[in-house]
Amino acid sequence: MGDRRLMKGNEALAEAAVRAGCRFFAGYPITPQNEIPEYMSRRLPEVGGTFVQAESEVAAINMLYGASGAGARVMTSSSSPGISLMQEGISYLAAAELPAVIVNMARGGPGLGGIQAAQGDYFQATKGGGHGDYHLIVLLPASIQEMVDLTRLAFELADRYRNPVMLLADAVLGQAMEPVSFVDEPVTEKPFRPWATTGWKGDRPRNVINSLYLEPEELEKLNLRLQKKYAEISAREKRWETVNLDDADVALVAYGTAARICRSAMEKGRAAGLKMGLIRPITGWPFPEQPFEKALALGIKKFLVVEMNYGQMVEDVRLVISGRGQVAFYGRAGGMMPTPAAIVEEVRKLLGRVND
Amino acid sequence: MRTVFAKPRTLTDAHTHYCPGCTHGIIHRLVAEVIEELGVQERTVGVASVGCSVLSHRYFNLDMQEAAHGRAPAVATGIKRVLPDRVVFTYQGDGDLASIGTAEIVHAAARGENITVIFVNNGTYGMTGGQMAPTTLVGQVATTTPGGRKTGRDGYPIRVCEMLATLDGTAYTARVTVTDPAAVAKARRAIKKAFQIQLVGKGFSLVEVLSTCPVNWGMTPLEALRWLKENMISYYPLGEFKGGGEVPA
Repeated sequence: MGDRRLMKGNEALAEAAVRAGCRFFAGYPITPQNEIPEYMSRRLPEVGGTFVQAESEVAAINMLYGASGAGARVMTSSSSPGISLMQEGISYLAAAELPAVIVNMARGGPGLGGIQAAQGDYFQATKGGGHGDYHLIVLLPASIQEMVDLTRLAFELADRYRNPVMLLADAVLGQAMEPVSFVDEPVTEKPFRPWATTGWKGDRPRNVINSLYLEPEELEKLNLRLQKKYAEISAREKRWETVNLDDADVALVAYGTAARICRSAMEKGRAAGLKMGLIRPITGWPFPEQPFEKALALGIKKFLVVEMNYGQMVEDVRLVISGRGQVAFYGRAGGMMPTPAAIVEEVRKLLGRVND
Repeated sequence: MRTVFAKPRTLTDAHTHYCPGCTHGIIHRLVAEVIEELGVQERTVGVASVGCSVLSHRYFNLDMQEAAHGRAPAVATGIKRVLPDRVVFTYQGDGDLASIGTAEIVHAAARGENITVIFVNNGTYGMTGGQMAPTTLVGQVATTTPGGRKTGRDGYPIRVCEMLATLDGTAYTARVTVTDPAAVAKARRAIKKAFQIQLVGKGFSLVEVLSTCPVNWGMTPLEALRWLKENMISYYPLGEFKGGGEVPA
């Protein structure tokens, strides 16, 4: 159709998943992402797929494990406390190298927290979260259209690398409405997954989906294979956007909803004569260093990281900058948002132009 | 020469890791025989659990998935919903199924998930070294009940078959044992029936097999069998609790 319509973020994401070939969804209700399971419960049966309302997030992620192992394209969605419960299963998915898409419409924490948007799950998403040495591919949409596009990409990457992929968005992106359009070509898909446990007819090696390796030599082999895969993903799949860097004196660094606020701040600041640019990572892992190298090469020495938390991605930025520039941080959390005015004020401080 | 007795094709040639006198080997064989007899090896997917049966995916000559502790019924749900024409079973111990996986087993049964569960109950955590299980009998000594299980401190054992039989989604539960040839024959019939119920799409089926753990019980294999008969069966009565009678066509 290539149709364009006004949709709520959660529903747009769910529709994008169905169009990307998702045929199994298991999930457990938690605000602010309930429109996703609700949409899937109606939509999946129309395309011959299956929806299961699980008894918990723990069960949901393990249903994904079974269904992915059986060869289906699978997705679950949750929000921060629910994602914590899924971490056990996510580690198993990563270890068994099963493709799966996990959506986190993040809310404020820690603990039960609240139901407003926040970005306190960045560490959990990008640095592991479950036990063991593994990585998720983490995608960071900043608009509902991008959520649709990255959902499609998430299924492709999950399949290509046999690795779980997390879409890390937040309550604002899930609940807002924006115009979106969908791509209609089917996602590239290998119809036959030779590793899937579909019943053994003796015409191929017996398939076992497993993450237990009692012999240390064998477990190290698995880890080395995973690390090789992560290196390949790191080399190929970093994504980012830069805005107004060429003449900038300071680069804002933000992802998702915070990046949208930074765009407003940048317009406001530029109108007041402050030369502000923006670096927006689109992959949280692998973290893109290229836009920072570009900024340094352009002579930018000051970076202001803006997050809806009290400082998580800023650690990745400091690591990339490695003392070659000044990295400042500004954040609000718990459902409170940084305002464009407050961000401009922080930039003034950083540039020593408080009294301009 | 006519072969009158052979290893089922549904078992691999791997040597098992099970301790001497443990009845996992017999139960594995019964499950394997039934799958072969029903002619469903090519469309069966098994789910191994955590505990002593954690390596059972090496022994069943089938496509298998290894689940996290307690999650085998959720994993089996995912497989069965994607491949409804396949035969899906889980093979779980008491620590796995009746403790950390209680929610998963109860809700798989409540959904009437069309899978078969083989539940091996030896009243202890065997793999981790003999701690109290949900099924440890009152008074029974375990490494975490050094003076014997006391109800005031440790609560009461769970009767899984009876509990799950109360759920509308459960089609069949039965408790058997493999302490002697007659008991083995009965166990085989129950396991076959549980798979047949899945084959006709009647819903959730579970066979609980009372089993021994000579090493952690601190007994010889023969003493362990005797202890099982004299102590376990009075608390865990044998028989069918739901879905008795003929297998519905």
